[in-house]
Amino acid sequence: MAASSAYEAVIGLEVHTQLLTRSKIFCGCANAFGAPPNHHVCPVCMGMPGVLPVFNRRVLELTIRVGLTAHSQIAERSVFARKNYFYPDLPKGYQISQYERPLCVGGYIEVPGADGAPRKIRLTRIHIEEDAGKNIHRPEASLVDFNRSGAPLLEIVSEPDLHSAEEAAAYLRELRAMLRYLEVSDGNMEEGSFRCDANVSVRPRGASELGAKTEIKNLNSFKFVEKAINHEIARQTAVLQAGGKVEQQTHLWDAEREETRPMRSKEYAHDYRYFPEPDLPELQAPPGLVEAIRAQTPEVPSARRARYARDFGLSAYAIEVLTQEREVGDYFEALIKAGVHHKAAANWTMSEVLRAANASDQPLIRAIPAAAQTATLLKLVEQNRISLNGAKTAFAAMCKSGQDAAATVSALGLAQVSDEAAIAEACDLVLSTETDKVAEYRAGHEKLFGFFVGRVMKTTQGKANPKVVNEVLKRKLAP
Amino acid sequence: MPVRMAETKIGLDGVRHVARLARLELDAEQEARLQHDLSAILEYIEKLNELDLGGVEPTAQVGEAGTPMRDDVVTNQPAAEAALANAPAREGFWFKVPKIIE
Amino acid sequence: MNNELFRLTISQAQAALRRREFSAVELTRACLERISAVEPKLNAFLTVAESEALIQAAAADRRLANGAPALCGIPIGIKDIFATRGMRTTCASRILENFVPPFDATVVARLREAGAVFPGKLNMDEFAMGSSTENSAFGPTRNPYDLARVPGGSSGGSAAAVAADECLAALGTDTGGSIRQPAALCGVVGIKPTYSRVSRYGVVAFASSLDQVGPLTKTVRDSAIMMRALAGVDPRDSTCSARPVPDYEAALNGEIKNLRIGVPKEFFVEGMQPVVDSAVRAALKRLEADGAAVGEISLPHSQYAVATYYLIATAEASANLARYDGVRYGLRAEADDLSELYGRTRAQGFGPEVKRRIMLGTFALSSGYYDAYYLKAQRVRTLIRRDFEAAFGACDVIVTPTSPTTAFRLGEKTQDPLQMYLSDIFTISVNLAGLPALSMPCGYDGNGLPIGLQIIGPAFGEGVILRVADALERSAPVPRRRPAAV
Ligand SMILES: [Mg+2]
Ligand SMILES: [Zn+2]
Repeated sequence: MAASSAYEAVIGLEVHTQLLTRSKIFCGCANAFGAPPNHHVCPVCMGMPGVLPVFNRRVLELTIRVGLTAHSQIAERSVFARKNYFYPDLPKGYQISQYERPLCVGGYIEVPGADGAPRKIRLTRIHIEEDAGKNIHRPEASLVDFNRSGAPLLEIVSEPDLHSAEEAAAYLRELRAMLRYLEVSDGNMEEGSFRCDANVSVRPRGASELGAKTEIKNLNSFKFVEKAINHEIARQTAVLQAGGKVEQQTHLWDAEREETRPMRSKEYAHDYRYFPEPDLPELQAPPGLVEAIRAQTPEVPSARRARYARDFGLSAYAIEVLTQEREVGDYFEALIKAGVHHKAAANWTMSEVLRAANASDQPLIRAIPAAAQTATLLKLVEQNRISLNGAKTAFAAMCKSGQDAAATVSALGLAQVSDEAAIAEACDLVLSTETDKVAEYRAGHEKLFGFFVGRVMKTTQGKANPKVVNEVLKRKLAP
Repeated sequence: MPVRMAETKIGLDGVRHVARLARLELDAEQEARLQHDLSAILEYIEKLNELDLGGVEPTAQVGEAGTPMRDDVVTNQPAAEAALANAPAREGFWFKVPKIIE
Repeated sequence: MNNELFRLTISQAQAALRRREFSAVELTRACLERISAVEPKLNAFLTVAESEALIQAAAADRRLANGAPALCGIPIGIKDIFATRGMRTTCASRILENFVPPFDATVVARLREAGAVFPGKLNMDEFAMGSSTENSAFGPTRNPYDLARVPGGSSGGSAAAVAADECLAALGTDTGGSIRQPAALCGVVGIKPTYSRVSRYGVVAFASSLDQVGPLTKTVRDSAIMMRALAGVDPRDSTCSARPVPDYEAALNGEIKNLRIGVPKEFFVEGMQPVVDSAVRAALKRLEADGAAVGEISLPHSQYAVATYYLIATAEASANLARYDGVRYGLRAEADDLSELYGRTRAQGFGPEVKRRIMLGTFALSSGYYDAYYLKAQRVRTLIRRDFEAAFGACDVIVTPTSPTTAFRLGEKTQDPLQMYLSDIFTISVNLAGLPALSMPCGYDGNGLPIGLQIIGPAFGEGVILRVADALERSAPVPRRRPAAV
């Protein structure tokens, strides 16, 4: 990284995440991605004259779920506010957001630190707002689609507790995993349901005051977050080293040129003229709602990591892999519940399950066999009824066919022969045709043992249980 | 109630800045007129400074407390043509606007 | 009578239609003919929907045949601030000149369900900003009592149309007096309900925390009938109250014995036309004679109401009017880039008063001024509210003049916005406090111009206001005069 050690970067992140609701935040239009332009729209989310917002209860519930998980204080009363600015994708000329009194105040998120010990990144606030539509730019004109207008958003604002691009990315990964665990957001960065703005400043190491910051907008992948922040840290450090002053600015990340550039609309210095939204009374959670949500809130990654370490003694790497996505850990645990030993379940999940899931464009749950079927397969391995390789072959086939374990094993003829008599017969056959090699072996050329095993396996078309083959051969080759 | 302007409460620069925020293109005559009118109104509004407002909470709304909420149900059918019926310019199902310069 | 059906009140027409003395189509035709006759003088209508109205009337006649709803067949004019599905809704602005909403305002839908007939859309001050209807982009409406005078505003078209018998009643909106002041200047009854009593959905917003919908009618009873049809919870308006709606008409029993009427001492001061003062005092005497107790009360912060109002209303308006940007509907100016599109569309689309208010409101919210203007006004709003709370500890209703003067001349106040604002001095504090208030005629000045009296009630006190108004109407010494000019 370009930053000199004489300087320290200070980074705060603002994350906007779309909530998984059926309908939009203030109207009954579908909150859905991928429709043709301006289909999921109505007078309300189009900002027609005279329309009024009516708040979606589910948005409150999901926000409280996030707030509780992030250890925030849930405000008994919060207030919607209008954020005023003009842009073609903003139909009312203002965004309904929260300002002075957000729903969730404070809190923190635990992020695995470089040394493995968790680090708390403090949150300033989590508030509710509506999304804008989308512009696409053509050389001669811009086009506007309001399908996304009024999609429910959470804005999650961190304190400036992050000091490197890597740390920022780790925080974002953790936050995204948490939101997915909570089933609050799909965290899909390409589709824009998880977006990040970064506030970056650089100051002489040891200084307590913050330098002038740059706000970088438009960061829509983890890779860009890291690149843009590193780019900005380097730029600001260079300015400071040259004795210059960093200007407070808003930059756009240009993914093609891989650099940030200042936005031209600087002349409209941000003056959002926030004021309380008169069309919505104070937001009050119905009595008992917060407690009810607290009682149902699912486990989050940090808790799961701690539990896996405690209960299964897995390696840090295995825990990391198994907890990054909730479904992966869920699958791993389902295997254990179905009677698979946790070591075997962990290995299988990390290798075969993730391989199959990554190869598929389906969600994990549909890409791989039910945990009960996989468990059956793994028990066949444990009982030496099939080989590990046989199990992998069967699993791959099951992913494609959807057939159950037993049927697949038998259809592919993968059942292992463990019958000693049958194996002894095969051994006798091999030894009787390879008398020279038997003599060599007995004369002390013990490396030939593997050769005999291979021949027996070949004779049995790979179905012989290798352990039994070993035992029988040892006995028969004994002088 | 005197409305003669005693002093200028907002300068021409102020008028231009506010017009920019409000996205109103004004000519010089309108700027001058607005400077005059706004100054007179702002002077009248100075009246509020007579009041001691220490400890007085602001009132933003006068309705009943608490937000009514709707259930998370999709009630609207896709309605692109109704949405686009008043469009000043469109291209397919898109609204069309002059080029945006960031 | 048959050739002057348009002169009927709602309650008269209701009864006659049910007795099948005439049909809804005949009644509607009578109003449409009246409209053709007087519109060249008044300009109260921006859109006359003749064929639609006749279709509605024919449907009403079918419904009348088998047990009709409350307003079946009654021609009601709609201020052009209400969204009407498939019918142009301009808000008297160039910027919405060709806007056709794909939906009905909730109150419009309710009137449709109740069988009402809509002869057309009524003139107003552009975006309801004004007190004279001179701010309409489509020319002023004139006062049917004197064509050289204004009808008041912003619901000037509504008041003039009802006064001139072009429709039996009209819908208006009132943000700072926009129903009551034109009702007073045109000699009709107008009620601004408690904030949240009537849905605002589909009402083009001016100042969301102040706007209320209400009827303008020829009689108090008609206002009671209209209120019942309009009021009540609306799942599309989060600020709309869920309280049950009483039968306002049933409460018009003329009984006001021992009712306590407060008269604010601050409301009878400088600048008021003496004839207005004496007419209101005479009405109070009649109420006293009927058994009411009249006593002085104080609303000490009412002198700050106009200043407070012009900060809060314009701040909210500056945001509410940001949506008129030429992107999705409405006027679009020729422009090469987006910035030009915004600046020119809004410059060409809005009239001078609307621009003035957008500017003031934007300024009041802008960085560095928010606390000194907008927030301060909100604090004063608290004091004004408290004044009323204290007053209603000592009285049941408050009576004041509606407007300090009778109808003024066209052009008289257009060059001085502040003087225009001050014509709402008696009505504005009621909106700030969210209370219900009614204006009704209480006499005429030397030029035969109507004088308005305002009755203010506590929150959700529409019933008591209407009862007092009805009693006063019954005791009126002279009948309502027909407008001389039409
Ligand atoms: Mg935001
Ligand atoms: Zn919608």
